[in-house]
Amino acid sequence: MENKIKKVDLIFGKVDHLSVLDKSFQRSQDEIILDVIDSGLRGRGGAGFPTGLKWKFAKNEDSEQKYVICNADEGEPGTFKDREILTQVPEKVLSGMALCGYCIGASEGYIYLRAEYNFLLPMLHEKINRFNSDMRERNIEFAVYVRSGSGAYVCGEETALMESMEGKRGEPRNKPPFPTSRGYLGKPTSINNVETLVFALMIAHHGPQEFRDMGTFDSRGSKVFSVSGDTPNAGIYELELGMTLEQFVNEFGDGDTKAVQVGGASGFCVARKHFKDTLIGFEGIPTGGSMMIFNSSRSMYNILHDYLEFFEEESCGQCTPCRVGCQQLLKGVESVKKGSKPPSYLEELQKLSETMKIASKCGLGQSVPNPFNSIINNFREEIIY
Amino acid sequence: MTTIQEFVKDQAEKHGRDRTSLMPILQAVIHSERYLSEEAMVAIAKELDLSTADVFGTASFYTFMDTVPRGKNIIRICKTITCHMKGKDEIIETLEDMLKIKIGGTTSDGLFSLLQANCLGWCHKGPVMLINDEVYPEITSPQAVEVVREYLKKG
Repeated sequence: MENKIKKVDLIFGKVDHLSVLDKSFQRSQDEIILDVIDSGLRGRGGAGFPTGLKWKFAKNEDSEQKYVICNADEGEPGTFKDREILTQVPEKVLSGMALCGYCIGASEGYIYLRAEYNFLLPMLHEKINRFNSDMRERNIEFAVYVRSGSGAYVCGEETALMESMEGKRGEPRNKPPFPTSRGYLGKPTSINNVETLVFALMIAHHGPQEFRDMGTFDSRGSKVFSVSGDTPNAGIYELELGMTLEQFVNEFGDGDTKAVQVGGASGFCVARKHFKDTLIGFEGIPTGGSMMIFNSSRSMYNILHDYLEFFEEESCGQCTPCRVGCQQLLKGVESVKKGSKPPSYLEELQKLSETMKIASKCGLGQSVPNPFNSIINNFREEIIY
Repeated sequence: MTTIQEFVKDQAEKHGRDRTSLMPILQAVIHSERYLSEEAMVAIAKELDLSTADVFGTASFYTFMDTVPRGKNIIRICKTITCHMKGKDEIIETLEDMLKIKIGGTTSDGLFSLLQANCLGWCHKGPVMLINDEVYPEITSPQAVEVVREYLKKG
């Protein structure tokens, strides 16, 4: 395998978004959806559901009213790429939404923007007004609106986001039914991440082959990474998928990288000895983009403690495994550190985290065990002493 | 009608009176008042024909919807790991000294509240400070003091 990682410029490059749309509107919905399926594009928010299939399911629903939602509730610690995409290429995001709307038969699109990004609103409103009138001029029945969040990490979960848009507490729903059959206001809804929508537009522009040719079997194309922590090159990079963590660290590390947290607080911590055999992608460790790099000066206990505090605060509290589980994991590692519980208590906590994985209602509680177990398994001594 | 009741009524006229308008109306009150008073929540419940408990239940779910009085300017410092690593504690200590309040507190003149927040989405440019909707990435303690002074001048 060659050792250089490949930079790509699909997301941030300039494109005449209206001509891509005009060209697409000449084609049938099925053709475009088939292209998106063929490209292998999977959701870029982190969960990785095949985008084309999602659109197909939404299209196949028989309903007068359907919705497109752009999930811009980017709250995962270590992720900041959606803000940059919305800042630099808002028209491409809006066009991706219109493309999705055309494919599934929706005339309304909503951007759910996290409150922390409210400073983007004046610019977004201006772009949206122009875009909506561009659509009206073309007799395309599609308009975009913005809804704001109010500081709740869990609202990035798609059904919690819809509850929030409906004016309720952002508590996740049971699935099924999935949003493609019963989403916002009970209507079929395609909810996609900011980056996913731009990729879909670019696939409509270039055809599926170029995207498909990049990456690996399960992780096609490229991905925007948010790189932070102990690195001289913190920032946002679009990279071809399929690299190992070793290649990544060679490019971005500071020469003393001890561990990388792949996929944000809810992702996995990979220790140095596993860099070589860890693939970044759906075959290995998937990420919504967050890559936090830690060097050997960092205490892994502090990092785990920070993550657990985050989850304990952000758990919506609806289901017991997550609400109580997060509290107990936090209290538990504090007790082991203080010495008021023996080191063997960590095994009890790991059992509890397995219960959370099985019994929690949504991805929040289900993924707390990811950082918890990967940090404890790799850095047990640092947690105890 | 009191001012806040009138404000809520105007917002209900603007956004509509069904449940999907609840968040935008709550957010409008927050934007103008910085917190949701009991009076405001009762007024919203009345306008949208909801129970007051339902309005409070929704509002209290969200971190950015305070139901206790806050200062005219809300300063939020990101406390999540990378900002932590980049020295957010120093920024907080500096601002605590300057404003003579502890984290979570509000100055006696009602101008500032100082809070911590979970990840604000600027991990590559930490530490980051948010004042109301304005972002100040890669901030140093002297810069934070300078920025807060500007808000102080505006009153």
